[in-house]
Amino acid sequence: MHVGLSHYLILGSLLFALSVVGIFLNRKNVIILLMAIELMLLAVNTNFIAFSHYLGNPTGQIFVFFILTVAAAESAIGLAILVLLFRNLKTINVDDMDVLKG
Amino acid sequence: MLENYFPILLFIFVGLAIGVLPIALGRIVAPSRPDNEKNSPYECGFEAFEDARMKFDVRYYLVAILFILFDLEIAFLFPWAVVLKDIGMFGYLSMMLFLGILVVGFIYEWMKGALEWE
Amino acid sequence: MNILSDIYTALPEFFVLCMAMLILIVDLFLDDTQRYLTYALTQLTLLGAAVMTAVAHSNAVGYAFSGLFVDDAMAHTLKLMIYLSTSVVLVYSRTYIALRGMFRGEFFVLILFAMLGMMVMVSGQNFLTLYMGLELLSLCLYSLVALDRENARATEAAMKYFVLGALASGMLLYGMSMLYGMTGSLDLTQVSAAIMGGELNHPVLILGLVFVVAGLAFKLGAVPFQMWLPDVYHGAPTAVTLFIGSVTKLAAFAFVMRLLIQGLQILAHDWQGMLIIMAVLSIIIGNVAAIAQTNLKRMLAYSTISHVGFLLFGFFSGTMNGFVSSMFYIVAYVLMTLGGFGIILLLSREGFEAEELDDLRGLNVRSPWYAFIMLLLMFSMAGVPPTVGFYAKFAVMQAALQAGHVGLVVFAVLMAVVGAFYYLRIVKLMYFDEPLDAAPIQPPLDMALLLSANGLAVLAFGLLPERLMGVCATAILHSIQ
Repeated sequence: MHVGLSHYLILGSLLFALSVVGIFLNRKNVIILLMAIELMLLAVNTNFIAFSHYLGNPTGQIFVFFILTVAAAESAIGLAILVLLFRNLKTINVDDMDVLKG
Repeated sequence: MLENYFPILLFIFVGLAIGVLPIALGRIVAPSRPDNEKNSPYECGFEAFEDARMKFDVRYYLVAILFILFDLEIAFLFPWAVVLKDIGMFGYLSMMLFLGILVVGFIYEWMKGALEWE
Repeated sequence: MNILSDIYTALPEFFVLCMAMLILIVDLFLDDTQRYLTYALTQLTLLGAAVMTAVAHSNAVGYAFSGLFVDDAMAHTLKLMIYLSTSVVLVYSRTYIALRGMFRGEFFVLILFAMLGMMVMVSGQNFLTLYMGLELLSLCLYSLVALDRENARATEAAMKYFVLGALASGMLLYGMSMLYGMTGSLDLTQVSAAIMGGELNHPVLILGLVFVVAGLAFKLGAVPFQMWLPDVYHGAPTAVTLFIGSVTKLAAFAFVMRLLIQGLQILAHDWQGMLIIMAVLSIIIGNVAAIAQTNLKRMLAYSTISHVGFLLFGFFSGTMNGFVSSMFYIVAYVLMTLGGFGIILLLSREGFEAEELDDLRGLNVRSPWYAFIMLLLMFSMAGVPPTVGFYAKFAVMQAALQAGHVGLVVFAVLMAVVGAFYYLRIVKLMYFDEPLDAAPIQPPLDMALLLSANGLAVLAFGLLPERLMGVCATAILHSIQ
């Protein structure tokens, strides 16, 4: 079977959808949220690389490098906030983040 | 005009289905006959000698966070090194600027004592 | 490659970057009694950047870094406003952060880096620069919200902000990837040209557009993507809320202008419908939910949501006039928000936040002058003439009318009347209720002067809006073709 652009795009959209569902359905653990966010950025990267390859245009791949590094910085900050959250609330359960509402 | 949005609707449904189906299938189709042995944590063939949910020292997080940051920024160096001959002085100076910024960050974390273990 | 001319075009950005790094290092060698040096250096940086931007000001459009970076009248004007409002934020929050152990180098460095991100966003001419600017801003904001490390509420707000902000970035990127795939370019001008010229796959373009608009709406705080906004405004330290609520909106405005108007105006027919829905929902939810709030910061957050709705009116009318009035609206909004949170900062003291509505009770007895300033600000937010808020609402409504959205305008005016209720409730609390605490209000001199000037500016720009309107018109007309 020939693997074409649309297959990559479908893969990208599936990964993206999985991560969005992961963010909204997950009621357990903040770390899973961080993983879902990472997955989302990887889905975008898949898209960019596939397009870049099929268009024969490298700018998409350059964008991917930037997304990767920003994702690293983002997860670093996410983990730092997570550590603070655990120190202050003694839990990283999503449902326990309910002080702010209204 | 509204039919233009049909792919999006489809997209949302497919996305939902992909997210929900595997979980639901796993619940419905998979046989569930738990016993004591199956529920016990598995640790390379021998008896688990402590709770798997042991607490990590928070300092591991700090080191890991700093590692991720400096590790992935280096990803720029490889493509840069490959095409260094073609991008000339501009490319060279850009990377030096970038590394300079990283060094400033490094000085900051060093002076703040983030690299001390004790 | 002409490196020097590139650097010259982006000189304010380089200056802010170098100063931020310098301050980061210098601050390491200062002890707590010398910390005012960090503050002074930060203000000096803002001044220096302002001088550089003002000197380089012209109505010509210049490009740098192979078209990644644009330098036009809109960028100049918005950057000058960003410096000014950041400087005001620093003056207002100095006492507050000092009393809460946040008067540290990190606060100032993060503010400067966030500002650098905004400057890049304002000048971004490529998906890549726009995204990098946005992330630089967002990452700094997440850390700023969590800066008060002992504060559980702030940490929770930071986590929510982080997760939803990252989700928004992801959606924006996904949309950008679709647009890139269809047009083969990340450059806004080329994207625009490709959509105009090519026989492109329309549904896929629209798919990309939907995700981009959703990402933008998240960042702006428009319904149905507003859920992070009240929690973040409420949970963050007030000094940080002040920054998030005011300055960043200028960058968000530029971001929408660059992406939707400069890049995707050809698809205006498609995004107008989405913006209309979001504008209407934002005005309803913002105004109705604000009535139920007892916390002032939360109320102002919902008020922001409704203001975003009004702002969108200028965008979806799709005319030059509409964009100019949107810009006027955002400037007026920043002015009012600075003042509103400034009053909260003014009333708070050590161990006391003054963020409940009840804390404003009898403000007139405690200090008639600041009660009057708050009265002006509330009138302006409600859109009572002759304040700047009235004129801003008037301008966007007029633009929408000219574009033929009569029903929407009537609806928005009705909702503005509903909204006036909760602003006037504050006026009632200040003037007709007895004060609950009688602590004296003694702001430092610079804050007192600036806050007074801020309140009076709301009145002055309302009486004489032509000057500010002219500035906005020049900025837009020389930048958007």
